Amino acid sequence: MPRLTLTINGRSVSARRGDTILAAARRSGIRIPTLCNLEGLIPAGACRVCLVEVAGYPRPVPACATGIEQGMAVTTDSEPLAAARRTTVELLLAERNHSCAVCVMNRHCRLQDLAARLGIDHVRFAFISPLAGVDMSHERFGIDHNRCILCRRCVRVCDEIEGAHTWDVAGRGAASRIICDLAQPWGTSATCTGCGKCVQACPTGALFEKDAPTRKGTMDLAGLAQWRRSRK
Amino acid sequence: MTRPRLATVWLSGCSGCHMSLLNLHGDLLELLGRCDLVYSPLADIKEYPRGVDIALVEGAVANEENREMAGIVRSRTACVVSLGDCAVNGNVSALRNPLGREGTLERVYGEAAPEHGVARLLPTALPLHQVIGVDLFLPGCPPAPERIRWVLTRLLEGRPVALPPEMLSFG
Ligand code: SF4
Ligand code: SF4
Ligand code: SF4
Ligand code: FES
Repeated sequence: MPRLTLTINGRSVSARRGDTILAAARRSGIRIPTLCNLEGLIPAGACRVCLVEVAGYPRPVPACATGIEQGMAVTTDSEPLAAARRTTVELLLAERNHSCAVCVMNRHCRLQDLAARLGIDHVRFAFISPLAGVDMSHERFGIDHNRCILCRRCVRVCDEIEGAHTWDVAGRGAASRIICDLAQPWGTSATCTGCGKCVQACPTGALFEKDAPTRKGTMDLAGLAQWRRSRK
Repeated sequence: MTRPRLATVWLSGCSGCHMSLLNLHGDLLELLGRCDLVYSPLADIKEYPRGVDIALVEGAVANEENREMAGIVRSRTACVVSLGDCAVNGNVSALRNPLGREGTLERVYGEAAPEHGVARLLPTALPLHQVIGVDLFLPGCPPAPERIRWVLTRLLEGRPVALPPEMLSFG
């Protein structure tokens, strides 16, 4: 396996060709916050929480979706990056209705956890407060668009791992919504197998199991992805 | 040295944040022994006094009365603390926001919707800092008693207050 060397936060790191900056950093014990990334799924670069600086690049890049190059000099932690991450998460909070106190995922939510880690004690932007809607038509699961951050982990896991491709995104910008099949109630979906992978993959309370304890189970998605690749 | 003057204010919240303050039990007596409680829904004081050092404000700004009170609190207080998620981000009080003012009145009163909005509701319930300047944010629904104790103790001692991440979470 050909290896490349680069520096991350001034430390010399050796990584595999084809690795992302995120993978190289993780393997060398450097923590970069992520939200839309899920090991085993193709990176989407959707949330921009994992932004890092690369010497010579005009602007920060998402670590989860940027491949490493020989000699690259990466900075994962700086004042501007911290400010950008904070702003990004504040904008996510302002875009929908994240009332943590009345959310099924309170205290088990990655967005909530990230906000606390980034030191977000209030949101500086005006809340949009959209009438986003909830779809409870599925027998076992529900989707609350008020909590959705459009990370597309559900879209990707359903497509790449389950192979059903039930979910998609419709619309643009803040008006985007996750849709089921041809924008129909989840309960009427002809493609959904009811496997629950999307629910497990969702980092917030947007996708949840009905009548279940609030904590989502954990699933070895990386293992599943590997198994799937080995069968190709 | 004069004792710090403390106020607690109840805007549009459920009083849970004040309950959390009361849940300090013995520690509350200790804290109150170090300051003067000059205004609070827990005490029968009619008018918000002048020269308040610290005010803990619970609840969102959801109607005209809240807005007036917020203005009074700001003009008479040195350090305004946004206490709890409703004050910090609207939270439960803001659940009505997607419906709008008319939609909310209709949902609550139906056919009997009063012609002149009963509580002079604002179009949306607002976080306190979108109405007045806020000096400190204390999130949580309600903020755990320990969080309130930590902040109050430090404020009373005149020490810097930067909440650690585990005391910062919403919800
Ligand atoms: S339950 Fe499974 S098949 Fe149905 S939408 Fe979710 S991931 Fe796709
Ligand atoms: S429903 Fe959940 S997993 Fe899907 S895009 Fe929204 S937040 Fe992400
Ligand atoms: S933050 Fe929670 S406890 Fe405090 S007033 Fe609002 S709903 Fe009640
Ligand atoms: S984790 Fe990299 S862009 Fe979301």
